[in-house]
Amino acid sequence: MGKQPAFTKRFAPSEADLAQCVRCGLCLQHCPTYVATGLEAESPRGRLYLIKAMSEGLIEPTVNVTGHMDRCLQCRNCEAVCPSGVPYGRIMEHGRAHVLHTGRAPFAWRLRALFLREVIARPGRLALLASALRVYRASGLRALAERTPMLRDRVALAPTIAGKEFKRRGVLARPKGATKYRVALLTGCIMPLAYGRVHAATVRVLARNGCEVIAPATQVCCGALHGHNGDLPTAIELARRNIDAFLAEDFDAVIVNSAGCGSAIKEYGQLLAEDGEYLDRARLLASRVRDVTEFLASLPFEPPKRLLDARVTYQDSCHLGHAQRITRAPREIIASIPGVRFIELPHGDRCCGSAGVYGLTQGDMSLRLLDEKMRYIRETGADVIATANPGCMTQLEAGLRRHGVNGRVVHVIELLDESYRRATAHV
Amino acid sequence: MKRSSLIRDLQGAIGRRWVLHAPEDLLVYEYDATIDRGLPEAVVLPDDAEGVASAVCIASNHGVPVTARGAGTGLSGGAIPCEGGVVIVTTRMNRILELDPENRIAVVEPGVINLDISRSTAPYGLYYAPDPSSQKACSIGGNVAENAGGPHCLRYGTTTNHVLGLEIVTADGVVVWLGGKTADTPGYDLTGVVVGSEGTLAIVTKVIVRLLHKPEATVTLLAIFDTVTQASRVVSSIIGKGMVPAALEMMDKNTMDAVEPFVHAGYPPDAGAVLLIEVEGLKEDAQEQADAVASICRELEAREIRIGLSQEDRDRLWAGRKGALGALGRLAPSYYILDGVIPRTRLPTVLDGVYEACDRFGFRVANVFHAGDGNLHPNVMFDERVQGATKKVLDLGEEIMRLCVDAGGSITGEHGVGYEKRNYMSWIFSPDDLEVMSRLKAAFGASEIFNPGKVFPTSKGCGEVSSRMRAAIARVGADAFV
Ligand SMILES: Cc1cc2nc3c(=O)[nH]c(=O)nc-3n(C[C@H](O)[C@H](O)[C@H](O)COP(=O)(O)OP(=O)(O)OC[C@H]3O[C@@H](n4cnc5c(N)ncnc54)[C@H](O)[C@@H]3O)c2cc1C
Ligand code: SF4
Ligand code: SF4
Repeated sequence: MGKQPAFTKRFAPSEADLAQCVRCGLCLQHCPTYVATGLEAESPRGRLYLIKAMSEGLIEPTVNVTGHMDRCLQCRNCEAVCPSGVPYGRIMEHGRAHVLHTGRAPFAWRLRALFLREVIARPGRLALLASALRVYRASGLRALAERTPMLRDRVALAPTIAGKEFKRRGVLARPKGATKYRVALLTGCIMPLAYGRVHAATVRVLARNGCEVIAPATQVCCGALHGHNGDLPTAIELARRNIDAFLAEDFDAVIVNSAGCGSAIKEYGQLLAEDGEYLDRARLLASRVRDVTEFLASLPFEPPKRLLDARVTYQDSCHLGHAQRITRAPREIIASIPGVRFIELPHGDRCCGSAGVYGLTQGDMSLRLLDEKMRYIRETGADVIATANPGCMTQLEAGLRRHGVNGRVVHVIELLDESYRRATAHV
Repeated sequence: MKRSSLIRDLQGAIGRRWVLHAPEDLLVYEYDATIDRGLPEAVVLPDDAEGVASAVCIASNHGVPVTARGAGTGLSGGAIPCEGGVVIVTTRMNRILELDPENRIAVVEPGVINLDISRSTAPYGLYYAPDPSSQKACSIGGNVAENAGGPHCLRYGTTTNHVLGLEIVTADGVVVWLGGKTADTPGYDLTGVVVGSEGTLAIVTKVIVRLLHKPEATVTLLAIFDTVTQASRVVSSIIGKGMVPAALEMMDKNTMDAVEPFVHAGYPPDAGAVLLIEVEGLKEDAQEQADAVASICRELEAREIRIGLSQEDRDRLWAGRKGALGALGRLAPSYYILDGVIPRTRLPTVLDGVYEACDRFGFRVANVFHAGDGNLHPNVMFDERVQGATKKVLDLGEEIMRLCVDAGGSITGEHGVGYEKRNYMSWIFSPDDLEVMSRLKAAFGASEIFNPGKVFPTSKGCGEVSSRMRAAIARVGADAFV
């Protein structure tokens, strides 16, 4: 005895959450890192056991333990298939939070937290970083680095910024006919910089389906990445600001087109569970959030009429499929487009290795998963790979370049938009 | 230091990367799907039989035991290294080496997942029949060791009926083949001996499995009853009439309460029990069987019978059945799953006895089991954090096992004896019986080394070595070893 438990109480995963795992092992084969390594410590069951042992003070957060926690993609595939309902995502976030709060976190963890807090959550600094990455690509430096054998693997997953930034706020669009819904759009931090075109498509599609679309000006980054990496105080702070921003008006829905952000906001109620002041409103906001595919499928949306001649496959974004359990809506949308031949991607529900900043922190595993993913994508013969999250898009684009596969990566909503636009152009 | 030289030797043979020795890495090999614990001293993940053989030799030279581990979904503590030593994990040996659709056999490594065999043989219209509810997670090596059964084993038999040959590593580190690619090989049926030996005779390194053609037609029925007793009578009647459905599974109300929020399969919220029944065969034949089963259910007061279900509905019902154990975690933090067999005619009375005993001990119980085989699985729900609860549950388990044995049954249907039930062995076997069994172990030269503390009654507790190690970790800190 005598030794301090490794966790301080405030952010520790709750005992009730930890007790939920009965160690049946039914999640094992759904875990990409377990399948890749065969190691129990790289499995959901193993990680839960380690976090539990740590919270009981039996083991310390050694490099070994934090390494196993680090290699978790937080893809939550395990959570989606767990018959016992283990809230894995929440446990891992709190596990990481605790390690950070003990002050015993590895340097890399603290650096990561600093970067997320001081760059990702700060639009000005993030835009600066984005410009640098834009130059990296436009100058041909990236192409050069990716062709250099010694650098090839190291730079494969560096984020890419191209295309027009989406800067608009306020009323973004009004429908041509009567306004059926007034909806807010979460613009987020990465999406407007990296994929402004997805926002543009989203706004057009929503307007076409009777929505007035508004981007509240005071909204901020959703805090998902901060939460995933254990910086719960920052995540909470961002959540509060978004609650104020999105509840200032009575929107019919808050639309999110980035799966990771959607799942984070849907879980604000859990994040703010002990926040007497904000909890009720956190739940209210959560109840209004809809992924754009989910929202459209529930309308139902106007069927697209114009041909889009393409072989399309779909990679389930983990935070859409596993965290939000939305798998049908995106497929429905794709299948509704005339001319599209939809081919299911084998193991399409398995993480592509993107996982937020994972590509940067766990390059080897990330590449391994990506390479496997590309093998399956090739099998489908698809020339369009649709998905539902900016991180997945960047990763899959890197995969196409790396494997010299011809094709393009799109957000599901872009396909619908393309078909709609053709219709108007040709009628 | 003794342990460090063991680890050095293992590293030399298997490679550093695949020898685990840090306490945190070992900790996750102290459990399986049961409530027992036991820490190994080292864990190795060899890539082939040769690696397994060298690990066995090294362990043997150092005088420490060896325990094989597949996926760790076992339900009798089989993969838990009771007495420490080396754990050999087969997860890297997961290749399907040979697929011969014409002769309907496959040669696979022990770490191959049960369901993956059927997945990869599906294009040929073939599948591997034994389907433990854990089939999407458990390894074929673990299946062989436990002679695993499953819902569809009622008609097709358990693992032993589907394994033709085995490559094994013996206690002295020799690699040998037992059986072969044909159904009958001359000489002793040693394959049959090793199947079900729970890792105590040899380590399995290759398995030749038999594959079956997928039946032309399958009809699934869900029969809903007000009481467990009614459902039990139907089971007795179906079996009594000489019918052999492919599967005949029962779930009681508590089980459905846990499962329904997970699968949304339409298990009725207010029923006392359901039977999930599947019949297979040629089209007309399957339909005939289904009609016969349905009429028995009707006669014996089924409240409702669902038949002609869509593929999606069927998949959901089965996902519920197969996830049932895990789903119980929703109702209580821990459960103790029992595995007993009784003559099927005694189902109603024994089940009454089970509910009564659990009531008396003050625990909630969920029954979900292979009714057609008379293979009971009462799952007692409790909270292992409550002091004394685990002991009380084990006492209750013992009483339930007694009920089974007194009814003319046995102490395990498919999960094995392992660590948990070794002391019940003397209820059904005489000292002479047990002596003959242990002579077999000696004949394999495996008396000391393979999975000690399992199957045979002893007085030593599993936790002893484990608690020593835990104390050591607590004392010297996590990175102190090696
Ligand atoms: C949710 C759930 C449902 C289940 N349903 C069923 C069911 O319907 N029917 C059933 O029979 N069981 C069932 N089980 C129990 C369990 O899945 C089976 O016993 C399975 O065969 C264990 O396989 P494993 O790979 O997990 O083996 P492990 O648990 O790793 O090991 C089990 C035993 O096999 C030995 N072993 C493993 N590999 C080898 C090898 N290569 N050579 C020699 N010995 C080896 C181990 O030493 C140990 O004694 C269920 C378990 C769970 C959690
Ligand atoms: S996380 Fe869920 S599925 Fe995985 S071992 Fe625990 S209870 Fe079973
Ligand atoms: S979140 Fe993903 S990577 Fe992490 S344990 Fe679960 S399945 Fe594995």
